[in-house]
Amino acid sequence: MGVVRNVLDDGLEGLDHNFLTGRIEDLVKWSRSRSSWGATFGLACCAIEMMGTGAPHYDLARFGMEVFRASPRQADIMIVAGRVSQKMAPVLRQVYDQMMEPKWVISMGVCASSGGMFNNYAIVQGVDQVVPVDVYAPGCPPTPETLIHAIETLHQLIEDGEIMRRRATSGAGANVHIQEIPAGITTPVILGSR
Amino acid sequence: MTTEETATPATLHGCLLGDSRGQAVLFVPKLSYMSTMKKLVDDGYEMCADLTAVDFLTHASRTLPIGVSPERFEIVVNLLSLSKRERLRVRVQVSESDPSIESLFDLYPGTEAMEREVFDMFGISFAGHPDLTRILMPEDWQGHPLRKDYAQGRIPVQFKGAAS
Amino acid sequence: MTPRESDTIISAAAGTNEGNQELRSRSELTAKEVMREVGAVLRMSEADAALLAEVEADPGEDQTMIINMGPQHPSTHGVLRLMLELKGETVLRCKPIIGYLHTGMEKTGESLTFMQGGTNVTRMDYLSPLNSELVFSMATEKLLGIDGDIPERAVWIRMLMSELNRMSSHLLFMATNGMDIGAVSMMLYGWREREVVLRFFQKVTGLRMNHNFIRPGGVAADLPAGWRDDVMSILDMLPDRLGEYDVLMTNQPIWRERLQGVGVITQAEAIALGATGPILRSTGLAWDLRRDMPYMQYDKLEFDVIVGSYGDAFDRYAIRLNEIRESMRIVRQILDRVPSGDYRIQDKKVTPPPRARIDESMEALIHHFKIFTEGFKVPEGEVYVAIESPRGEVGCYIASDGSPTPYRMHVRAPSFVNVQALPHMMRGGLVADAVAVISSVDPVLGEVDR
Repeated sequence: MGVVRNVLDDGLEGLDHNFLTGRIEDLVKWSRSRSSWGATFGLACCAIEMMGTGAPHYDLARFGMEVFRASPRQADIMIVAGRVSQKMAPVLRQVYDQMMEPKWVISMGVCASSGGMFNNYAIVQGVDQVVPVDVYAPGCPPTPETLIHAIETLHQLIEDGEIMRRRATSGAGANVHIQEIPAGITTPVILGSR
Repeated sequence: MTTEETATPATLHGCLLGDSRGQAVLFVPKLSYMSTMKKLVDDGYEMCADLTAVDFLTHASRTLPIGVSPERFEIVVNLLSLSKRERLRVRVQVSESDPSIESLFDLYPGTEAMEREVFDMFGISFAGHPDLTRILMPEDWQGHPLRKDYAQGRIPVQFKGAAS
Repeated sequence: MTPRESDTIISAAAGTNEGNQELRSRSELTAKEVMREVGAVLRMSEADAALLAEVEADPGEDQTMIINMGPQHPSTHGVLRLMLELKGETVLRCKPIIGYLHTGMEKTGESLTFMQGGTNVTRMDYLSPLNSELVFSMATEKLLGIDGDIPERAVWIRMLMSELNRMSSHLLFMATNGMDIGAVSMMLYGWREREVVLRFFQKVTGLRMNHNFIRPGGVAADLPAGWRDDVMSILDMLPDRLGEYDVLMTNQPIWRERLQGVGVITQAEAIALGATGPILRSTGLAWDLRRDMPYMQYDKLEFDVIVGSYGDAFDRYAIRLNEIRESMRIVRQILDRVPSGDYRIQDKKVTPPPRARIDESMEALIHHFKIFTEGFKVPEGEVYVAIESPRGEVGCYIASDGSPTPYRMHVRAPSFVNVQALPHMMRGGLVADAVAVISSVDPVLGEVDR
């Protein structure tokens, strides 16, 4: 009875102890960043570390990313893990094109970011020549901590919304370079830029 | 393969048999390649472990036994005998003017992919191979990457702190 | 029924007798003839297949269908592309198309010194990088002529790392094989065990993968203090876990139905195709280079070679599971017998001096400089060395011309040759079995494409 009287008297303000209000845009960005699914694009050694990051010790599931969808239609983030050869580049572009907006790309490892140690005829010197890259994760291969740092940086960018504005204007990726976290450290990993 | 007698070099099936760091190497002329390989299969070399090629364009002065005339390309076949637990290496000289040789597919079906790789990387064609197409490079790639006159394809990298 | 009887019956019935031209039973033919008759390999170029895809298939006609699996596919173990010719669900012919990970490593190897070569070779088979480095180092040492002078401790450390790498590679096989067949939780268990081995590697070599630890002349650094306890903790933990896998998978009816009788290959076929490793051992031939053509000090160790009998995917799974147990047995023996001594050969031309010496001695500084910039010169010659990697025989063929870089460096990758066996294993099976077959071959596309 008391509640009903509040509604009649104060309108919706009377119910403020049961509701949170906010903008839909914030809700959408929050849910996008907390449940982004990756597209499987594991190519070489970095794919093994990516699988290791999904494994129990490092557990990407706590960031909402345990599911790696094989179908690009169902994926949000494409983690290009490994060296991209000349034969693979059109395939990479095709898979990227098949992904639905909004979509982001993490370039994992030095071979994907810049060609790595293979500066020769066979390897595309950086996947940013083929797809727009949002976060570059260095390492050969990046440790799971580095990959988690890259993913969380991307999640932070998604949640801020900055990344969508930039994409809408220029079509380019966010081009964020993160620091590599070496293996064997015991201090907690800094997640994103919060 | 003793080294005391220098009068007659060792031969096997009519081809010169040499020694490289303790490993037996048979130098087979291209004309008797197929017949020698058939005899080696009968000798007990059941498996062809590896078939590859070397381009000696920039190292034409390599040491070869007397009687073997150097050519630009060399096909190197590593054979393995499971029964005798032995290996044998066969080297065949292939000239630049006629970069072709018979295929070992009938004797060792496992050489199919290896010969395709040699064709892709060196441009040596194998007569009698069922499907001689590029295997590692895209189908429309021009050039044969492992030849010595094919550049590595390095892109000069500008580092941030370097003086340009 | 012998051919003669069947000939008589046919000729009596139809009056024709083609004799040797008729299709004989499989057991009579040699592998080469079987493969030619069976024709399991789809000989069609990619361009033709693409054209075929554009042509609309006429429904209602009994036509076979050519579909494409990969290169981006969750179950093809990397970027392997398969063109399958299907009749309904049955695979008639198959063509593996590789090259999607071609990195030009052999070309790159010609411009790196012999000291740097390990960094290149280690990324070929990225699941057992130490084995790739080992075969490259052994080939270099043979060319240098120092292969008999490697210190004892270095050899035993190499064996320890090689066997631990075999264990971690087979654990990853367990994980991916389980996931491909459908036991998805196996993926988590396999990686959980593998992490412990990777942490040990990280403690010893500094990296979890692609270590560049085994170098010509020995190993890069000595084992750290307390390594025995770490290895013992791995060895204490694993047997129970492997017993869990036995309960979860080996004895389970669904697992057996999925794998027994799938992907059968005969011994003659395997030898003709050059397949080695668990594939050859699953056909019944006990060929293991560690025992049959021993290298390093494997002839001083006691271990069994695991052999299958049916040549199917279940045998290959069981072989790898038990090879983990055999590797643990070998590691226990190594633990007891590692001698003390140098971990690198004390040859100034090959081994860089310790860092502290560089401040004291001009000669040491010059040697360090020369080795790391120019590299050590290797006498002219050519050599082929092969060892047993988790996938089969991995060999390294190096031709050198007296300069500090290899003139030609070629790695005989076991997966490159094993992938040729895929069409023959898949023929006649179902599409779902195709995934099981690829998984049982355990290809690593890094070494397939190099």
